[in-house]
Amino acid sequence: MKVLMLGWELPPHNSGGLGVACLQLSKALAKSGADIDFILPYSSDEKYEFMRVTSAQPKNVKSIFKSQAYDSYKYILQDGKEVSVSIADQQQAYEIAVGEIIKGKEFDVIHAHDWLTFRAGLRAKQQTGKPLIAHVHSIERDRAGGKHGNPLVREIEYTGFMMADRIIAVSGRVKKMIAEDYSIPEDKIEVVHNSIDQSFLEPLDTNNAYKYLEYMKGQGWSVVVNIGRLTIQKGLPHFLRAAGEVAKFAPKTFFLIVGDGEQRDELIELAAEQGIADRVIFTGFQRGKNWRDAYSVADLFVMPSVSEPFGLTPLEAVAYGTPAMISKQSGISEVLQNCLKVDYWDEHEMANQIVGLLQNSSLRDELHQNAYREYERMSWSKAANQLMDIYRSHTEKVFA
Amino acid sequence: MSKKAVVLYLHAHQPFRLRHYTIFDAAKQHNYFETENDYDYDNKRIIEKVANKSYIPTNRKLLDLLNKHPGFHVNLSLSGVFLEQLEKWSPDTLKSFQELVKTGRVEIASETYHHSLAFFYNREEFEIQVEMHRKKIKELFDVTPTVFRNTELAYNNELAEWAESAGFKGILAEGWDPVLGWKTSNYMYRPAGTKNIKLLLKNYKLSDDIAFRFGNKDWNEWPLTADKFTNWLNETKDAELFNLFMDYETFGEHQWEDKGIFDFLEHWPAKWLENSENTFMTFSQAIEAFEPKAEVDMPNTITWADAERDLTAWIGNPMQQQAIKALYDFSQKVIDTNDWDLIEDWRKLQTSDHFYYMCTKWFSDGDVHAYFSPYKSPYEGFINFMNTYQDLRFRLSEKGAEV
Repeated sequence: MKVLMLGWELPPHNSGGLGVACLQLSKALAKSGADIDFILPYSSDEKYEFMRVTSAQPKNVKSIFKSQAYDSYKYILQDGKEVSVSIADQQQAYEIAVGEIIKGKEFDVIHAHDWLTFRAGLRAKQQTGKPLIAHVHSIERDRAGGKHGNPLVREIEYTGFMMADRIIAVSGRVKKMIAEDYSIPEDKIEVVHNSIDQSFLEPLDTNNAYKYLEYMKGQGWSVVVNIGRLTIQKGLPHFLRAAGEVAKFAPKTFFLIVGDGEQRDELIELAAEQGIADRVIFTGFQRGKNWRDAYSVADLFVMPSVSEPFGLTPLEAVAYGTPAMISKQSGISEVLQNCLKVDYWDEHEMANQIVGLLQNSSLRDELHQNAYREYERMSWSKAANQLMDIYRSHTEKVFA
Repeated sequence: MSKKAVVLYLHAHQPFRLRHYTIFDAAKQHNYFETENDYDYDNKRIIEKVANKSYIPTNRKLLDLLNKHPGFHVNLSLSGVFLEQLEKWSPDTLKSFQELVKTGRVEIASETYHHSLAFFYNREEFEIQVEMHRKKIKELFDVTPTVFRNTELAYNNELAEWAESAGFKGILAEGWDPVLGWKTSNYMYRPAGTKNIKLLLKNYKLSDDIAFRFGNKDWNEWPLTADKFTNWLNETKDAELFNLFMDYETFGEHQWEDKGIFDFLEHWPAKWLENSENTFMTFSQAIEAFEPKAEVDMPNTITWADAERDLTAWIGNPMQQQAIKALYDFSQKVIDTNDWDLIEDWRKLQTSDHFYYMCTKWFSDGDVHAYFSPYKSPYEGFINFMNTYQDLRFRLSEKGAEV
């Protein structure tokens, strides 16, 4: 099975979970017999032994650099000039370049991840007549924190959903939202849950980077952590208001906020308004050890997302030794049982359960142990098998 | 008719800025003020830069003026943290200040060593910092200040009562019209509730003509010449003294040399002194020469900052309020450690500039005040400060304090 995979990012150049999911899924698919051509919209020297990775760039462009966030790209032209390119233009450039690249390639199926690649996916389908699988990791309503979002993005999503041969949703929640928001019949949408590949998680070492927090835990303090982008979708204002309430009952609690985003300044002000500025720690964006150690230093990980299509971070927390609280408005709540679940808007209940967990180490340990068993059983092979079946159902047609 | 006096007062201060300090530094290193790897924050670089642009050339001019004109007098305030940095990185600048004071016609005001707002948070700590400053001034200049100025000229009746009981002869404040009513700043006053201490009020219009407007080409009085400014003073009938209070760094740093600020400083005193009825005075001379015209009642705190003339630039938003409260909540625990390094770090964190960097009042208009912050945003200033605060908590805890 030859697969043309259209993705927007891959680790280590990822800004979020999309790149991680694409990479781990591709690896599992390759193991199940897929021969993958992965087309990226920027230049990357990173080698992956289980697939070919090509960067799609227009003819006059020498290399493309991606900023950490989604918003801008730097093009180095053949003549050495530098140009900064917006995401809308980048999307179009990717579409055109993909149209050129596929002229020399053979494949059975086109697999496009999220709206950013849908136009390229449609062009590939138009040029070759091959089936298009639209894989949905999030829709505009998720990213806009439950609001309408950008109508131009919605239009691309809508066109992609209509024209695709099959739609893959990363959770039942996403499937329902696609059906509701875009009037797509549910039987066109297949749920393929994300998973976690344990081999991608680097082990902890004995020396935690948050020496201060470790020390203070020895003095009777607790740590509650959130890791993720500081953006409306992630629901952090709810978490901080809950934190304000937690601090009244468990004053020796730190709230560790790891990540960056357009909401940062607002969150800092909110922490101050809650009277807990001396206990909320903003680390900024972290990778590698500082990122891993943030999970492990905590007593509890909280993902208060307003709308989370899947949500990998609670599993990462569990992998690194920390139980999780997740919002019911997340895809992960469909697959992870042993965790605390709250409505993102129910700040009082969030505070109640955080305090309950912090004051009860047997609850904490039990919750983590059971969640860890779930984590150990997880693998991408189930998702890969589902997808291979879907590929086959669209390539082995009854009608010639 | 008695003489008309200008009381020229220049305030020099530089904070110990914080290095870029992350949560990963906390509990590992306590070198908050070692800034040599942070260009934008580097204290040594800034002292050297401002010394070259402002302190050295201005002191040279002031000394010339003192030598040339027997009627020229000037007043200074030099924060303790500023003097400490001069000792470390610019001894020549310190020497030039000492030469000025040696003339006997330059008076130094008292203030808190750490340029803090301790008066409003911890009276005992405040008094210690005033005493530390007194000692430093005695050690470096062999004089003892008798006139008090609080950080940012933050003043209220209570401060005046304190200053009187602490033995000061005079105290400085902003001459803010909405508070003064019919009174003008051009006379000596007595603070409400006091008996002996005298109050000198800043003439903010004339002061700001030099400090803020001097180089502004959009100002309808631009360019400000020595003749013009002297005429304004001479034409003011209802006046005994003109209290011209400003940041020392007005000369060469806020107003640049190429805008002519040094020429102005050279020529205006000569022009003013051409009329034998006119003179310059130190604070003490003015206090000696003039009797209070009336009582001034300032129950609420007035500062010399912004259109609001209050403390909102330092403690106006919740970030600032929490940061400063958190710091002073540690007071007793810090003192109880008897660890002088820890106590001194805690005091240097009290310097008002750290809270000023967290001010969001002007952040949205992106404006002139940004010039005085090393941070890209008030939020970054807050995060950096709070990370050092966390480390302070670690050090207290290690010393056995319950934190």
